[in-house]
Amino acid sequence: MSNWKLICKLEDIPQLGSRVVHWEERGKIAVFRTSDDEVFALHDKCPHKGGPLSQGIVHGKRVTCPLHGWNIGLDDGKAVAPDVGGCKKFEVKVENGQVLMAE
Amino acid sequence: MRKRAVKPRLVLIGNGMAGVRTVEELLKIAPDHYDITIFGAEPHPNYNRILLSPVLAGEMTIAEIVLNELDWYKEKDIKLHTGKQIKTIDRARRKVIADDGTEESYDRLLIATGSTPFMLPIPGNDLPGVIGYRDIKDTDEMIEAAKLHKHAVVIGGGLLGLEAANGLKLRGMDVTVVHLGPWLLERQLDEVAGKMLQKSLEDKGLKFLLQKQTEMLVQGESGRVAAVRFKDGMQIPADLVVMAAGIRPNYALAESSGIYCNRGIVVNDTMQTYDPKVYAVGECVTHRGIAYGLVAPLFEQAKVAANHLAGYGIGRYTGSVTSTKLKVTGIDLFSAGDYMGGEGTEEILLNDPHGGVYKKLVIRDNKLVGGVMYGDTADGPWYFQLLKDGRDIHDIRDSLIFGQSLVGDVGHAGKSKAAEMADSAEVCGCNGITKGVIVQAIKSKGLFTLDEVKKHTKAASSCGSCAGLVEQILASTIGGAYTPAASDKKPMCGCTEHSHGKVRKLINDEHLTTKEAVFAELGWTTPNGCDKCRPAINYYLISTWPHEAKDDPQSRFINERAHANIQKDGTYSVVPRMWGGLTNPKELRAIADAAEKYNVPTVKVTGGQRIDLLGIKKEDLPGIWADLNAAGMVSGHAYGKSIRTVKTCVGMEHCRFGTQLAMSMGVKLEKMLFDMYAPHKVKLAVSGCPRNCAEAGIKDVGVIGVDSGYEIYIGGNGGIKTEVAQFLCKVTSDEDVMEYSGAFLQLYRLEGWYLERTCHWLERVGLDYVNGKIVEDEDGRKALYAALLDSLKDAKDPWATSREEGPVKQFIPIMVEA
Repeated sequence: MSNWKLICKLEDIPQLGSRVVHWEERGKIAVFRTSDDEVFALHDKCPHKGGPLSQGIVHGKRVTCPLHGWNIGLDDGKAVAPDVGGCKKFEVKVENGQVLMAE
Repeated sequence: MRKRAVKPRLVLIGNGMAGVRTVEELLKIAPDHYDITIFGAEPHPNYNRILLSPVLAGEMTIAEIVLNELDWYKEKDIKLHTGKQIKTIDRARRKVIADDGTEESYDRLLIATGSTPFMLPIPGNDLPGVIGYRDIKDTDEMIEAAKLHKHAVVIGGGLLGLEAANGLKLRGMDVTVVHLGPWLLERQLDEVAGKMLQKSLEDKGLKFLLQKQTEMLVQGESGRVAAVRFKDGMQIPADLVVMAAGIRPNYALAESSGIYCNRGIVVNDTMQTYDPKVYAVGECVTHRGIAYGLVAPLFEQAKVAANHLAGYGIGRYTGSVTSTKLKVTGIDLFSAGDYMGGEGTEEILLNDPHGGVYKKLVIRDNKLVGGVMYGDTADGPWYFQLLKDGRDIHDIRDSLIFGQSLVGDVGHAGKSKAAEMADSAEVCGCNGITKGVIVQAIKSKGLFTLDEVKKHTKAASSCGSCAGLVEQILASTIGGAYTPAASDKKPMCGCTEHSHGKVRKLINDEHLTTKEAVFAELGWTTPNGCDKCRPAINYYLISTWPHEAKDDPQSRFINERAHANIQKDGTYSVVPRMWGGLTNPKELRAIADAAEKYNVPTVKVTGGQRIDLLGIKKEDLPGIWADLNAAGMVSGHAYGKSIRTVKTCVGMEHCRFGTQLAMSMGVKLEKMLFDMYAPHKVKLAVSGCPRNCAEAGIKDVGVIGVDSGYEIYIGGNGGIKTEVAQFLCKVTSDEDVMEYSGAFLQLYRLEGWYLERTCHWLERVGLDYVNGKIVEDEDGRKALYAALLDSLKDAKDPWATSREEGPVKQFIPIMVEA
């Protein structure tokens, strides 16, 4: 079992929005919150040209990169077809209103 | 959806383009509704029949034109029976029976049996070497015949006949086209264009016999066809005879089961036959007395049928206007609608036989109803769009025939005609996509719309300047399959069927004030929209119901959330407002101090007379705003679909030629419009005299001072496609400038579609319309102006508000230590 690190409160992330987490050895991680309060975390770097996914528009379980409009699946980190590519996904969960990320 | 133990069964007869497209549309909107079974008489999966001509011409292979691989059927859990022809529909027991005895029961039946070539009822029509042209088998037979034999005769000078003739010629045969009509393609072309086409095809080596009636096909010693004999006694050699004299809908099966047919399976506007459990689409159908033989209408039918099969019951098929493009490499031909004209119509003609260009436009009641183009078809898609939209062309009539190239000015080396471009030529300058790549994608991936091409190739997906070129390439690659939707029917995005116009109207009529209400009212298919529809809906809500609808930051693009412009490296640029392009030492000092304090790497003067600070980290934004606010500066909105700048010349304040106080007028306008959001960015300019140093001719609103007052110009654009602003009216006072331009912008704000610049909106609605609302209707103008002022009455600086009121959290990263 992995250890979980406290990141923030759920309410610190807007619905259909995200926050950026600076995690020393991991770099920048985008933590997203969907409309039904599911939380996902991806490396904050679009597989296309490195755009900050944290700044994109969140819809359903996808985020649209603000630079060139690629859609990335929040639950798998994969680019939506016909685009190809992916970015690293991190384990997160919500417990008692707290967002936790696996170390 | 209701949970069912056993799903209802849908059986499709006909594994072709119309039927399978219906199933695809159905799976999109109701993926788990049915257990689906498909019967196909051919031994192949669904392929792109309209690309059989390039296969015959040797430009493509059969493998390349398959639309749905066998894996697709498996993946979608569809039971596929190929090589089985249905012999009986037992409607009483709701089952179908194939020629090999296979039986399947249905709850809903979809018939898409297509058509068969019409074989002339003449002696010898069943000889070996006499074929129709319909499927892979026929194509293979022609390719084989071309290897062994010399003389080919194609009976019928229609689209299919000419494409077949061209292909056989390219395969080395000596080809004669026999045609009953007085000129070629008489169902698509008028006489002049038909003759021009004949000339170019003759130059390619084809022979033609017009107004010839075939009497019989003569058998040779080998038993195979050897000659064609005409009624006038003439006889020509023929080792291969291709019948392309039209198609006949395949409705015998339906008719034998008692379904009402009249030269086709008769369907209503929901694609339902007289048996409510049975639907029919495609070439086997007659709808309002018309049977369509081109693929575009079939796709429209497929969409409607799918909607009703899914139980949504909202689509109606009301018939199609079709356009034609001949798929013979090197020949440019386009026709649409009622191209012959007649009683009550007028014609505009351009005829340059030497230059090989012919254009005819047919107009009825100030509307384009049809057209033929030969030699120069670059504007075909534009004309077709005007035709489908039914737009009043009175105000553009004098230049209509010269076309309005849909192609932007830059990014493709000045080329505007796709046909002239080499495969290696760059079409999309933003993404470096060549013509060859686009053609390849259209063919190999089976793409039919501009959106699909954008998705798969990225061409035209950035600035969009080459969209017109891409449409031309699409039209010439797939011919009659290409059809643009009427502008007001194009869905906003993949989340809905509804168009921008419809959504705007419903938000207004139904008094909808939240995106959730819009999604619920209009049956959105996604839980919270997408990056395309959410910003549009948010804008429609706040512009239609100011002070009432609440702005939703999460539905805005990052630039409007962060009040700064995101750059390629994820940093931002900050532009403080300088009213009318004016500044002073105090502001400049504050900007210089801020630039040093935040280590701004680049400081640049913009095209709109502002100073841009580039390379600022997101977390520094609130700080730099505070510093600039302290010096009295506010947001320049250089990032928004909003008022950007009012550019001014120095005007009568200083200039010896100036006739009006341009700077003061500019500042007044900019203050009036502060924090105004719009469908797209809005730029203004004020010049103090007709020398026009502020470049007012390429702005959304351009004001030019003259001795007796001001001239107001609208709808200019200096970007992707340079568009010169059009004269709206002349006024005498500063107050009138504010009222007229304010009312104009408010009309645009209320009626423009999201991401539509004023020039595009103006092109859609016409200058006459805007004139009527702004110049001729004084009460209306004053009401619009008042509405604009009201919606901007409590405009606040977004920098100050997001620093002071809004949570600044979004700007601050969460730090996690090891």
